[in-house]
Amino acid sequence: MNFASAAIEILSALTTAANLFVIAAGLSLVFGALRIINLAHGSFYMIGALLMASLFALGRPGVLFWPALLLAPLLTAGFGAVLERLLFRRIYRAEHLVQLLLSYALSLILADLALRLWGADSRTVPPPAALAGRLSVGGAGFPLYDLFVIALALAVGLGLWALLHRTRFGWEIRAAVEDPEGLSLCGRNVPALFTAVFALGAFLAALGGAAVAPLQAIGPGMDSSILVSAFIVTVIGGLGSIAGAALGAAVIGFVQAMGTLWLPTWAPAFIFLAMILVLVIRPSGLMGAPARAWSEEE
Amino acid sequence: MLEVAAIDVYYGTSHILQGVSLAVRAGEVIVLLGRNGAGKTTTFRAVMGLTPARRGDIRFENKAITHLPPHAIVRAGLGLAPSGRRLFGNLTVAENLALAELPGGPWTRGRVLALFPKLAEIAPRRAAFLSGGEQQMLKIARALLAQPRLLLLDEPTEGLAPVVVRELGGWLRGMREEGLSILMAEQNARFALALADRGYVMEKGRILREGTTSELLTASELATHLALGPRQRPAENA
Repeated sequence: MNFASAAIEILSALTTAANLFVIAAGLSLVFGALRIINLAHGSFYMIGALLMASLFALGRPGVLFWPALLLAPLLTAGFGAVLERLLFRRIYRAEHLVQLLLSYALSLILADLALRLWGADSRTVPPPAALAGRLSVGGAGFPLYDLFVIALALAVGLGLWALLHRTRFGWEIRAAVEDPEGLSLCGRNVPALFTAVFALGAFLAALGGAAVAPLQAIGPGMDSSILVSAFIVTVIGGLGSIAGAALGAAVIGFVQAMGTLWLPTWAPAFIFLAMILVLVIRPSGLMGAPARAWSEEE
Repeated sequence: MLEVAAIDVYYGTSHILQGVSLAVRAGEVIVLLGRNGAGKTTTFRAVMGLTPARRGDIRFENKAITHLPPHAIVRAGLGLAPSGRRLFGNLTVAENLALAELPGGPWTRGRVLALFPKLAEIAPRRAAFLSGGEQQMLKIARALLAQPRLLLLDEPTEGLAPVVVRELGGWLRGMREEGLSILMAEQNARFALALADRGYVMEKGRILREGTTSELLTASELATHLALGPRQRPAENA
C-alpha cells in the first residue's frame, strides 16, 4: 500500500469518526441530562438520512442539498420532542430495564414505519457540486465531501462547547446533569428543559444521518448498525460527557484507520477490543461522569 | 402567608409526614426544630412541590400550591436553600448565581453581592471547591435571587464553624430587616430560637409542640429531644 492510498484510507476513517462524534454527542448529552439510555437514537439517525433523501428529491437535482441538510435534522428534532412528551418523560424515574425496553420497542416500531413510508430500496444523495471533487495533496486526491464532514463535526463540537459554557440554556443543561431538583428550585422549568435536550439529541443524530447521505446508501438497517458504533464511542469516552464522545470517536477513528491499513479483515474486531481495553482500565469510560450524588430517597 | 394544613407525605409506601400543620405570617421568622428524621426536610420538600403531599392543603398568599410543580412554586414567591452540598459543583459561582436570578423582584445580583461581598471575590471558582461557609452563602444568595417573599432555610448551620454560625445570624437578621419572612429548620435550637419569633417542634413526622420562643426555651421536652447548643452534630440530615 503506497502513501497516497494510505492517506486516503486514514481520511476515510477520520470521516467516519467525525460523523460518529456528532451522533454520539447527542446520545451522551441526552444520557447526561435525562439519565436515560435511548436505544432509539439510531432511529433518529436513520430518519434524518431518509428525510434528507426525500427533501433533496423534491427539487431539481442538487438545488435542495443545503436546505435539506438543515431541515431534515430540524424535523427530526420536532419528532423527538413529541416522543419525549408522550413517552420518555414517563420513564425518567424508572429502572434502566424499563428504559431499555421502551426505547428498544420504539426503535423496532420506527424501523417498521420507515420501511412502510420509504420502502426497502436504498436511496442515494450526491454531494453538492462544490464538494464533489477531490483535493490533491502530494499525489493523493482527498474527497472534498469527507473534509466537509470533518469540518462539520468540528463545528458541532465547538458549537456544543459554546452552548454549554457560554449560554444560559447551556448552564441549565449542565446544572440539570448535576441536580435537576436544584435547578427547579431556581425557578426553571426542568421538564421543558428535558424536552429541549431530548430534541437537541435527536437533532444531532439526524444531522449525522443527513450529513452521511452522500457517503453511503440510505435505507433500512442503518439505524441498528450506527447504534452499536455510537454506543461504543460513548462507552469508551464515558456516558454523559461531550468531550468524552469526541475522545471516543477519535479513538475509534484511529483504531479503525490502523486496522484498515494493517489487518483489514480484523478491523471491526479492533473496535470492540479497544472498548474492552478501556473498560478494563477505566470502567466509567475515559471521561465518564460520576453518578448523580443526590436522589429523592436520601 | 403560608398555611400548611394537615398534610400527609409518602416516600413510596412509607408514610413520612402525618397530618403536619403549620403557618407563617408575613414578616415572621419561624423555626422548625427536631432531630434527624423528624420530618423537617420532608415538610420543606412538600411545600416546594418536590415531594407533593398526598393529602392536605398548602396555601401561599391565599393561593393553593399543593400540586404545583417546583418551578411554579418558586415563581409564586417561595424560595428554598436546601441542606447539604446542593450546589451545581461543576458550575462557577458566577454561573450558579446567573442561573438562579429571576427578574421582577428586589434582589438583584448587585444587592445580593452587597450582602455577601465574598461571593464577588470567588465568582470564577467552581462551586465544588468552596468552603462550608462559602457554600452556605452561595445557597442563600441563590435562593434570594429567585425573589422569594418567604425563604425556607434547611439546616443553615450544618457543618459550619462557630464563627461562621455567628456571621450567619447577622445575615439572617439583615434579610429580615429587608422584609423577608423566614421558615428555618434547625437542630441547633439555641441558634434558631435566638432569631425566631415562634417555633414548632417535630418528631416522627408530626408536630409535637408549637409556641413562642420563650415557651419553647422553657419546655421540658426540648432538653430531652434536642441538643440545646452548638454541640457536635452528625453531618447527615433526613
